[in-house]
Amino acid sequence: MGQQIKDAVDWLTSPTLYFLEFTLAIIFILRFRAFFTKKWVIAVFFAVSTAFMVFAFGDTNFNRIITKPDNVPIIILLATVVFFSWLSLRRAYLNDEATKRGEPTQEAALGKQRVFTWPDLVYIELIFMVIFTAVLIIWSIEITAPIEEPAASARTPNPSKAPWYFLGLQELLVYFDPWLAGVVLPSFIVVGLMAIPYIDVNPKGNGYYTFEERKFAISFFWVGFLLFWVSFVILGTFLRGPNWSFFGPFEYWDLHKLEPMVNVDLATYFWTGLLGQARPEQPLIRELPGIILLLGYFAVIPKLLESRLMKSLFEGNRQHIIRYHVMMHLLLWFGLIPIKMLLRWTVSLKYIVGIPEWFFNI
Amino acid sequence: MNKVFAYIRASQIWRSIFRHGYPDTPRNRTLAVLSNFFLHLHPVKVRRSGIQLSYTWCMGGVTFFLFLIETITGLLLMFYYRPTAELAYQDILALREHVPLGIMRELHRWSAHLMVISVWLHMYRVFLTGSYKAPREFNWNVGVILLVLTLLLSFTGYLLPWDQLAVWAITVGTNMARATPVLGHEGPGAALVSLGGLDFIHAGDDVRFGLLAGRFVGEGALLRFYVLHCVGIPIGAAVLMAIHFWRVRKDGGISGPL
Repeated sequence: MGQQIKDAVDWLTSPTLYFLEFTLAIIFILRFRAFFTKKWVIAVFFAVSTAFMVFAFGDTNFNRIITKPDNVPIIILLATVVFFSWLSLRRAYLNDEATKRGEPTQEAALGKQRVFTWPDLVYIELIFMVIFTAVLIIWSIEITAPIEEPAASARTPNPSKAPWYFLGLQELLVYFDPWLAGVVLPSFIVVGLMAIPYIDVNPKGNGYYTFEERKFAISFFWVGFLLFWVSFVILGTFLRGPNWSFFGPFEYWDLHKLEPMVNVDLATYFWTGLLGQARPEQPLIRELPGIILLLGYFAVIPKLLESRLMKSLFEGNRQHIIRYHVMMHLLLWFGLIPIKMLLRWTVSLKYIVGIPEWFFNI
Repeated sequence: MNKVFAYIRASQIWRSIFRHGYPDTPRNRTLAVLSNFFLHLHPVKVRRSGIQLSYTWCMGGVTFFLFLIETITGLLLMFYYRPTAELAYQDILALREHVPLGIMRELHRWSAHLMVISVWLHMYRVFLTGSYKAPREFNWNVGVILLVLTLLLSFTGYLLPWDQLAVWAITVGTNMARATPVLGHEGPGAALVSLGGLDFIHAGDDVRFGLLAGRFVGEGALLRFYVLHCVGIPIGAAVLMAIHFWRVRKDGGISGPL
């Protein structure tokens, strides 16, 4: 029985399924938020998770990865992110229900009252300082900070992992070359975050929790933060082993696990597969199909969706046209990630445009 | 006992420090905040919705507190740690072996992990409450830069123990830099920056080289990361934090319905 559960979990956490499960979970939770924001749901979730952890702790392979001192924060991250997502969605749901009934939101009802900073705010700060100091001291006494063997540039450990908070980016390296995964996409994340307040012109939902009034913004942030950042950090920490191969939580980290990778460029599919001839030598001609596809992706899609999205997000106001195009451009870059992932899983696509001569591979 | 307290509060020393009575009246509560350097970051009165724990999650405050812990423990660690390839690893071991009750490195490391998490959660909360919307757009941007600085602080600190984990994590991280478009020697467009067959961007002068002060993670990188970790980035973060907190006040305090 125990072994069957372990095998099932290993199977369910394979990268493709892992990604699909998280995506479906987000859609379901947001869609059926009336159910998922109930108090007993989160209680059951944490009870089941704890029970699973207790069960899994007996397993050598699971234990080895979960009890690494540096992985403690990842468990904290997982627990807090789940809890706070639930809490915020609950408050949003209750506020939305109140608004439907014509009542003020919780924030609006309480916001009229002003209280003295001393003591009402100062005591919260004090309690938090005391709690965090105590927890950190106990944690530091109980768990010693790890130190491995002295640095040796000749011996490469396997796997070589980036610090845990960058593992989402390292996961992207499976699908993209370093110039995209390590430089361009992270830059777009920062630029995109900074652009958010200037793109989102929806005046509603300022200073209170709501979902109904900001459906697009909040769904997008859930996908970006929960799916593509937090869940990738967890995937990279617990499920990626030697050679960045995938390992289920109960699987032994075998150095010699082989995952045959025969990924094929789009150019090969086009010239050899479709036209049945050799790939042209000239890179620009060879990659023409991919280049046309990409140009089309970035140029045509914004035009196609313009009237619809302008209406739903900017109330059709033409003065927001620059905002719309900046947003679409950022979204399309972001969209490359799931597109590339799906193409890799379904047709083993390596590069849409692959010009290794110039280090220009997409 | 009360008499002793009353005597202390009436003394010239006490009254030279605290210029108000016990903060149990509106007047004294106001003065407690206004006449205290640390508390005057706060307004005298706040929205009740704004200090609700289930609203703020207290994550901004926690981040700031963890930054203070990092500063103090980091300062203490600097007494024992020498950033050279021969001594760094030894000094880290010595921290455990020779320093009585030595949990400073643990405190520093675990707080750093928590700070990354609390920054993310703070940003998550600010997004979900729409607190980046006008008039707080600029402060959200300051916050994004602070998020990046927090990650860089953690990243630069990761190298300092000078063990296998540290060196190879930084190697993996900085390998990305060589693929920087135009400026990295394995990045697209780098080959274009050349004159008559002479490449200007190569392994000995690209951005990765600038970051590491060498072609691989060595002594130069250790010193560079050390200085950035202990001086450069903290100063930048401190200045931006001051702006961040000041702007919270100027933009109307903790966000709430307009």
